[in-house]
Amino acid sequence: MIFAALIFAVLLGVYLSGRLLSDDLIAADFSQKAQKPSLEHPFGTDMLGRDMLARTLKGLSVSIVVGTVASCVSAVIALIVGVAAATGASWLDHLINWVIDLVMGIPHTVLLILISFACGKGLKGVLIGVAVTHWTGLARIIRSEVLQIRSQQYIEVSKKLGHSSWWITVHHILPHMVPQFLIGLILMFPHAIMHESSLTFLGFGLSPEQPAIGIILSESMKYISTGMWWLAFFPGLMLVLIVLLFDRLGENLKKIVDPYSAHE
Amino acid sequence: MKEQPVLTVEDLSVSFHMYDTGLEQYDLKVISNLTLDVRPGEIVAIAGSSGSGKSLLAHAVMGLLPGNASTSGTIAYKGKVLSQKDKEKLRGKEFALVPQSVAYLDPLMTVGTQVTGKKPDQKLLQAQKEIFRRLHLKEGTEKLYPFQLSGGMARRILVSTAVLSDAQVILADEPTPGLDLQMALEALKIFRELADKGKAVVLITHDIDLAFHIADRIAVFYAGTTVEVADARDFLTGPQALRHPYSKALWEALPQNGFRPIAGFQPYAKYLPDGCLFGPRCPYKTRKCETTIPMAEVRGGYVRCIHAD
Amino acid sequence: MKNKYYLKFTGKYLLRMVTLLIAVSIISFVLVSLSPVDPVQQYVGAVPNVSVEQRAKIAEYWGLNDPPVQRFLAWAGSVLHGDFGVSLLYRRPVLDIIVEKFGTSLALMMTAWIFSGVLGFAIGCVMGMFNGKWLDKILKKICLIMCSIPTFWIGIVFLMVFSVMLGWFPMGMSVPQGVPADEVTLLQRIHHLILPALTLSFLSFANVALHTREKLVDVLESDYVLFAKARGESSWSVLRRHGLRNILLPAVTMQFGSFSELFGGSVLAENVFSYPGLGAAASAAGMASDVPLLLGITLFSALFVFVGNMLANILYGIIDPQIREGYRNES
Repeated sequence: MIFAALIFAVLLGVYLSGRLLSDDLIAADFSQKAQKPSLEHPFGTDMLGRDMLARTLKGLSVSIVVGTVASCVSAVIALIVGVAAATGASWLDHLINWVIDLVMGIPHTVLLILISFACGKGLKGVLIGVAVTHWTGLARIIRSEVLQIRSQQYIEVSKKLGHSSWWITVHHILPHMVPQFLIGLILMFPHAIMHESSLTFLGFGLSPEQPAIGIILSESMKYISTGMWWLAFFPGLMLVLIVLLFDRLGENLKKIVDPYSAHE
Repeated sequence: MKEQPVLTVEDLSVSFHMYDTGLEQYDLKVISNLTLDVRPGEIVAIAGSSGSGKSLLAHAVMGLLPGNASTSGTIAYKGKVLSQKDKEKLRGKEFALVPQSVAYLDPLMTVGTQVTGKKPDQKLLQAQKEIFRRLHLKEGTEKLYPFQLSGGMARRILVSTAVLSDAQVILADEPTPGLDLQMALEALKIFRELADKGKAVVLITHDIDLAFHIADRIAVFYAGTTVEVADARDFLTGPQALRHPYSKALWEALPQNGFRPIAGFQPYAKYLPDGCLFGPRCPYKTRKCETTIPMAEVRGGYVRCIHAD
Repeated sequence: MKNKYYLKFTGKYLLRMVTLLIAVSIISFVLVSLSPVDPVQQYVGAVPNVSVEQRAKIAEYWGLNDPPVQRFLAWAGSVLHGDFGVSLLYRRPVLDIIVEKFGTSLALMMTAWIFSGVLGFAIGCVMGMFNGKWLDKILKKICLIMCSIPTFWIGIVFLMVFSVMLGWFPMGMSVPQGVPADEVTLLQRIHHLILPALTLSFLSFANVALHTREKLVDVLESDYVLFAKARGESSWSVLRRHGLRNILLPAVTMQFGSFSELFGGSVLAENVFSYPGLGAAASAAGMASDVPLLLGITLFSALFVFVGNMLANILYGIIDPQIREGYRNES
């Protein structure tokens, strides 16, 4: 519990520091260009003399926002779709399964490129792309959970008492879905962030002026043969750390909610 | 006249390390201070309702408990106290297990390969054919996969593994449920023959009825411990020959003896009472029952009750 | 009789494949139609002084003024005839490009696929055997970290370390620059293939290992392994006789089901290493608004994923006795 709170605090700290850092810190300063990591610039500076630490933090806070928004949307879609598939008519279930197969049938990155292209690239494309492609796994989990709950006796009793299917869903099924939903939501973050940065790296995401991790990394490719390793190394490492932290946060919550998974 | 016991279990306790909600941990004691011995040429039936730790005893003897289990007390074979290493060496050679259900067969391996082992010789194959015939398993059964077996077929196949091993001690875990009476008797007859050949058989069962007729001694289990070890004849005689109130209650719960179940439930391992585990359900319970009750010899049998005479 | 079963099985599958492919083509067509990017502007982009009349002519020629449904039918019709249109980016027929690039990509994807499959399985077995011991814990931690590393970043790190700093491998491409295609040796190709393949296998390696570990732990905790041990089998014998037998099938199935991630990963790996395969072409097509190529590659990648899933199912039918024998009992 303490651990989970700590992780949350770190993530919030990264986000806030990215938001609150003044833009002056990433202004071009050619007197400071292409410096190796030092005490003054722990992550070094780029070809325009911008501090890489500040750029990385700003980029990460954009990633966290995109990840949060996209995961929330995706998780809500998953909840609606999963519950609908499990409680609705059988044709609806078949249809939803078919759509899930369809979404999973196109390689994820290709689908993201297509959606981003449809939205004319940019932030909107990334957000929509990541949001509408991540719900499939969680939707399947929720569907099977709901099916399991529905097979239990008290649901049968509730039906006999004359409660409508909708009433049962709201009063008996949705409350049980809360832990699964929250864990699924948090475990979606890492994927959302990774896909956001991948898409930006390929050039489909945020515009080059914005400090996004994907942009920083794709820029660093230009200078890689000159040996400026710090341009790519630290920002990427920070991205990995953020992804890992989100992952740990989800796993921790899972352990608190479901002690049996802590058996190992 | 009595031979030395080949397998002796003394004061055995088994507990599992468990996780509770909110990452709390506790130890769940499923077997407590259990004592049992088996001699060559004899069948000891272990009777008790489910959840009394019967299967776990077999697993503990063979060193097959999972990693989160801890044991205390001793398990000895031919007078030698066994370490985990010893158990690993002995299993399959001196100890044989007859497990409960089809789940104990590898789903992706044919039955024959599992019954006869890696490289069977002609003699073993011949023996396998013979025992299969005796248990009414059709020719070709050995080529089937476990999912193609009925529950009864699977049980008969598992019984046959005991016959095919050279083990001195056979631990049979519920070998009869799911078999019709004739098949069940045939299976028990096979165990009797094994015992008559000088092997020691531990028969874990809740078909107590059948056990009375085939076993030499009966050990009654309750909530993870032995409450009485008595001659099988005592059970045929009736409650007056029995020593422990639970044994008497078991006898009275049998269909032909009135079908009178006792009130209450066997306590869950997490909430065991102090002293006598049967205390909460016992009509003779007194204050003294809340202290530790030792196993005592009464009329040639052993009982864990201070009121027995 | 058996053939009839397979026929029904495959027939159903092919039907599903066709419906899904139709759906994929409709969805991707709708998506590219939604794009605010003007295809004519993209086409004439580099050419100066294109008059309004000429633009209108191009639009007319492409049928851009027709209603979307008609445009889709026209496009789908030519696709059925094997005509995917002409790529704006390469100014060549899309199908030619796909066939050529897929060959290059296939070498990369298959190397990574086999590498991550075999090694991931082996490491997963080691972890499963040592379940709970320190070796398992360390390997598990490493795998979990590997799962959180984006493919493109590890590619950049590999480039920095092995190409720039150590100079062991070339900086990218699939063949040395300036050497005519017919003079490139197999060794040179392999030399160029290693780093991208390692990059591509990085993520799936960890997934395969963790998945294998979990399955093996399940199997080792099963009742039938308990009975095998009771019969005196050593842990090594248990792994060989029961463990591998029971985890190989899900592992192989999962590996064939991973074609989607493989293709997606190849887009990133090929971009980092400027490897001229289908993945790099996919993102290039998207960047350059090369609609025919983008559509062609999307369809093709969906087909690729579907073939993988189908192979997984067919293998299941051949290997799993429950399906094989189950059918025999039925007939």
